[in-house]
Amino acid sequence: MALPSKTLSAACRQFSLLCRRFVGTTAVRSVHFSYVPDTPDPKHGSTTRMNLFQSITSALDVCLGKDPTAVIFGEDVAFGGVFRCTVGLRDKYGEARVFNSPLSEQGIVAFGIGMAIAGSTAIAEIQFADYIFPAFDQLRNEAAMFRYRTGNQFDCGRLTVRAPCMAVGHGALYHSQSVEAFFGHCPGLKVVIPRGPIQAKGLLLSCIRDENPCIFFEPKILYRAAIEEVPTGDYELPLSKASVLLEGSDVTLIGWGTQVHVLREVAAMAQDKLNVSCELIDLCTILPWDKDTVLASAAKTGRVLISHEAPVTMGFGAELAATIQSECFLNLEAPIERVCGYDTPFPHVFEPFYMPDKWRCLEAVKRLVNF
Amino acid sequence: MYCLARALNLIATNGTRFNVQKVAACGIHHTFAQQGSQSTARYEDKPEFPGSRSRYVHKLEFLDPDSQEGIPVYRVLNREGTIIDESQDPKLSRAIVEKMYHDMTLLNTMDRVLYESQRQGRISFYMTNYGEEGTHVGSAAALDSKDLIFGQYREAGVLMWRGYTLDQFMNQCYGNQNDLGKGRQMPVHYGSRDLNFVTISSPLATQMPQASGAAYALKLQQKGLVAICFFGEGAASEGDAHAALNFAAVLDCPIIFFCRNNGYAISTPTKDQYRGDGIAARGRGYGIPTVRVDGNDVFAVYNATKAARDICLTQNRPVLIEAMTYRIGHHSTSDDSSAYRSVDEVSYWDQQDNPITRLRHFMVLQKWWNDDAEQNWKMESRKMVMKAFAEAEGRKKPSPDSMFHDVYTDMHPSLKEQMQAMKKHVTEHKEHYPLEQYDKMT
Ligand SMILES: Cc1ncc(C[n+]2csc(CCOP(=O)(O)OP(=O)(O)O)c2C)c(N)n1
Ligand SMILES: [Mg+2]
Repeated sequence: MALPSKTLSAACRQFSLLCRRFVGTTAVRSVHFSYVPDTPDPKHGSTTRMNLFQSITSALDVCLGKDPTAVIFGEDVAFGGVFRCTVGLRDKYGEARVFNSPLSEQGIVAFGIGMAIAGSTAIAEIQFADYIFPAFDQLRNEAAMFRYRTGNQFDCGRLTVRAPCMAVGHGALYHSQSVEAFFGHCPGLKVVIPRGPIQAKGLLLSCIRDENPCIFFEPKILYRAAIEEVPTGDYELPLSKASVLLEGSDVTLIGWGTQVHVLREVAAMAQDKLNVSCELIDLCTILPWDKDTVLASAAKTGRVLISHEAPVTMGFGAELAATIQSECFLNLEAPIERVCGYDTPFPHVFEPFYMPDKWRCLEAVKRLVNF
Repeated sequence: MYCLARALNLIATNGTRFNVQKVAACGIHHTFAQQGSQSTARYEDKPEFPGSRSRYVHKLEFLDPDSQEGIPVYRVLNREGTIIDESQDPKLSRAIVEKMYHDMTLLNTMDRVLYESQRQGRISFYMTNYGEEGTHVGSAAALDSKDLIFGQYREAGVLMWRGYTLDQFMNQCYGNQNDLGKGRQMPVHYGSRDLNFVTISSPLATQMPQASGAAYALKLQQKGLVAICFFGEGAASEGDAHAALNFAAVLDCPIIFFCRNNGYAISTPTKDQYRGDGIAARGRGYGIPTVRVDGNDVFAVYNATKAARDICLTQNRPVLIEAMTYRIGHHSTSDDSSAYRSVDEVSYWDQQDNPITRLRHFMVLQKWWNDDAEQNWKMESRKMVMKAFAEAEGRKKPSPDSMFHDVYTDMHPSLKEQMQAMKKHVTEHKEHYPLEQYDKMT
């Protein structure tokens, strides 16, 4: 299907609606963080300006171009996807390799597992992370355990599942969820969440080429809000490696996806208002996670704040906190703080109160330093 | 109508199910064909496999899905609004037909206002029902008001028929203090206990097997009620759809599966969704009486639903209705359908085969309606919509602490702690939270 420029501008309009500011008599709301772009690594070559969805397209383009076995499929993928991540790929690589699936998440993931077993690189899109649950059986009982239960005779390591996740301003119960913790409980899977376009492209290419099945959650609010100079060529970023984005001495802040940007502001506020120096860590990979980086920082600062949008109970923060307290017990100066979503479904008009925003996080930093 | 009911049976079951004799012999069920052929059938060499009801053949032949003609589309009104076969006239009173027309057009007016209001950023999201008004009103009118409805999301007309008020629609879209859903869900996720309409949930097809279960419960309660489950042809690809149809058939549930086949699931056309003859063709595979109707013909939808309801209740079994229609609007306010379909295609359905226009033609032919009536009603309905809209917009949102309610019947201590922490934090940092738009915290 040809995509005239009219279509593209329509697509942009479509997305801007999704992220639109509330005007009129309701709240004027914008994104709840300010985005600080990453700088590209010069060794990854020449760059161009891309937002996060374009950097995903770029990664998929690189992959389809180099790997003749690679295919991309999912609901509404053919026309470019509801978040525009696959725009133009069908024209470039043909309808056998970039195609719409029937509307069935369990079907999508299982089809991908089968393709991977038979030797294709399968890149499946689930339209929203909130809708991944019909595929939970296929991911948890099948993809995660394939290699193990077949005695390493068969595996589906060539499968990657992409899905948009996290809050977007007005997504309510079923367009806002952070579901990473469910999959953090599935040995055999890798779970990755990028914080911006450069990371997204490099991590996605790593996931696609990793020999284990990966789930790649893309923070949907960043699709347009995050813009960076992204290397145009092929590069990979290591999985299971956290990034230390700011070095500091008093408090360690740990997050992933959108929350990294909230925490970056918290670090600045802590410096300005409290004269507290924060170290900021983006976990990047949820499973298997980078203990070394996290523990080294916790041992250094002795104070840790973990923050995610998912409900606090059994969120992935619980796993980090448990490990940190057992490995760094003698270094800790204060109880580990978690600022997270509350233990309720994600509510529509109450989103401003539900979110683990910078004000809640800053209060937690105060508690940490005043303990 | 009786004829239609018979036709429904035929499609699904080859007419065997009701006239059939089941004889148990040697622990095996022998199923014989129609009574007339019983004497010879008994001594033929027939497949004795459990559940078999066919014969042996001696030439290898595959069933060719493409060699059969598609399932026909039942229609009562032609595009000019004339009843094609008098025997199919539902003989509805003028008052009922006027209510049908009023609801279909009021829905249309409400859609325009709410769609536009989303464009202006007043509500966060919206989905229109353009083009599918006939499927909503035709089906709703044929039900008992106590029949339990499970919807997908594009069935606002069903609720409107039942008496969900403009205020209620608008309050839900604004998620304000009068929203029955308490501001928790996105716009268009309506529901009403009083109107026996189970609240909409975004995850597709989840309501389908639930509806089968509800129908089974209604059967046990012997209340003479059915469940009806609306779903899109896209949602019909979900695993839950299979479970729903199969459970309902096996457990003899009095449920009407009402598929709105509007040609698209967001951008995905039906040719990327299935290869068989639509959703109706599946009915036979499940052993479910099935009919395909012209969804843009409100009388055809009415007749089919009424007959389906009869079958559900008299025979205790499910019925599948596939209503063929077209989604004239974009999928939702997050979609621009010009990226995947032509303007000509859309305007064909809008101009040439529109359920509202067809019913209006009928009413004009009956001398029940004319241009003056149309003008007056347009003005009046728009006024009603704008009034409800302004009132809903003016209302505050529910209190922020109400987001902690209804997770469980009782708030457990750790959730109570979280609620207290939220209230304390927000109170101490008022300047960062839009408290003025919400009811006061308790
Ligand atoms: C389980 C699940 N997967 C995906 C979605 C996203 N989604 C919302 S509507 C829709 C298309 C549904 O099409 P159809 O059932 O034909 O209904 P229509 O919109 O045409 O009325 C999709 C894919 C969802 N809501 N739930
Ligand atoms: Mg549809």
